[in-house]
Amino acid sequence: MNKHIRVPMDMETAKSLRAGDYVYLSGTVYTARDAAHKRMDETLREDGALPFDIKGQIVYYMGPSPARGGRPIGSAGPTTASRMDKYTPRLLDLGMGAMIGKGKRSQEVIDAIVRNGAVYFAAVGGAGALLSKCITSSEVIAYDDLGTEAVRRLNIENFPVIVVVDSKGSNLYETAVEEYRRTEDGER
Amino acid sequence: MIRTVEVKDIAANIREMCIEANHFLAPDMGRALNRAVISEKSPLGRQILRRLEENLEIAAEDMIPICQDTGMAVVFIEVGQDVHLEGGSLEDAVNEGVRQGYAEGFLRKSVVRDPLIRENTKDNTPAVIHTRIVPGKQIKITVAPKGFGSENMSRIFMLKPAEGVEGVKNAVLTAVRDAGPNACPPMVVGVGIGGTFEKCALLAKEALTREAGSHSPIPYVKEMEEELLDKINGLGIGPGGLGGTITALAVNINTYPTHIAGLPVAINICCHVNRHIERTI
Repeated sequence: MNKHIRVPMDMETAKSLRAGDYVYLSGTVYTARDAAHKRMDETLREDGALPFDIKGQIVYYMGPSPARGGRPIGSAGPTTASRMDKYTPRLLDLGMGAMIGKGKRSQEVIDAIVRNGAVYFAAVGGAGALLSKCITSSEVIAYDDLGTEAVRRLNIENFPVIVVVDSKGSNLYETAVEEYRRTEDGER
Repeated sequence: MIRTVEVKDIAANIREMCIEANHFLAPDMGRALNRAVISEKSPLGRQILRRLEENLEIAAEDMIPICQDTGMAVVFIEVGQDVHLEGGSLEDAVNEGVRQGYAEGFLRKSVVRDPLIRENTKDNTPAVIHTRIVPGKQIKITVAPKGFGSENMSRIFMLKPAEGVEGVKNAVLTAVRDAGPNACPPMVVGVGIGGTFEKCALLAKEALTREAGSHSPIPYVKEMEEELLDKINGLGIGPGGLGGTITALAVNINTYPTHIAGLPVAINICCHVNRHIERTI
């Protein structure tokens, strides 16, 4: 089902999404990947404050290539989400509303998604040029020294994603693959 | 007769090759992707493949890298033994080419100086350089910037000789099944069989630079390439890992003699972009 959603979104909207929904997101999201997650985790361990109020916000696992003159951003597709799994349950428990990435999540992350009524979206991996066209502005808001891994606030417009793990714990990566699998080792 | 080549000419070529490889899909990969769009059975899978094609058009027209992960620069250089290199060190020249290419091409700087301290070098150097001395007076350069979404899903297995062909097939299928959606399918699967631990990994990397859709000249290896491609596409992973009949665009296997006690198998996975570009100077 195709849906258009303003982000950040409220809990009811997040809970209404189902694995397999094709969603176009418009609004604000924040980027963070490996190094930013590590730093945010260290901050939380020292009882510090995150660089942005994460409650209800969407975190996009992405480190862009540099922008050419006049453009808001360079190539900007998703990175592999599982590298953030170690840090994710804590962020979800702090109220993070959704994540955009690609690839599998750990059971701990899926449990935290269900516990908090959150959602995990996948964007198409390897489509960074196309996705950059859906980003209208980009501003580094923290960890500038991390270069591509800095935390950025992005404005996005009709950014295409697919719901992979919904608030009930359904996982599209598992169900969709079943449909096309011939046998365990791929034999006919 | 000795031919003299200035290393700055090598740097200039590498600079251009880094930019070209990150914005324009290699022709063999383009053909493989076109075939995939036609044969994919899943409607969502076809939609994802069409988005990848659209992405390639935008990348080439607007000079936006195909993927934000513009890779760690892997550079193969075959230097003819009748060539004399002048003007500085070859490795410095390669790194200078990478530095210039990644700066001037607006490519992402993704390399950290130390694997555990993890401070970004901010110019994407150093490259990973594989040099070979070969007969002749030419220099063949292959630039293959490698993204890590797929690199991370690569594997090496030190099998026992008794495990044989079935063991090799299982190793490849295990690696691809575990990679699933993480490696940005549809993928290219480079396989190395034989050699030693490190030679085997290098064979797999070199296999990725072989034309997609080409086959090993060894008949039983060619059969294995075809059978494995069919089995991988039977795993159901599909484009984006969201289900489908096209999980891999090609399986390329390179082999090498090995030890009586061993059967090393390396699987190097790459996404559909599989950047590889070659020049002879």
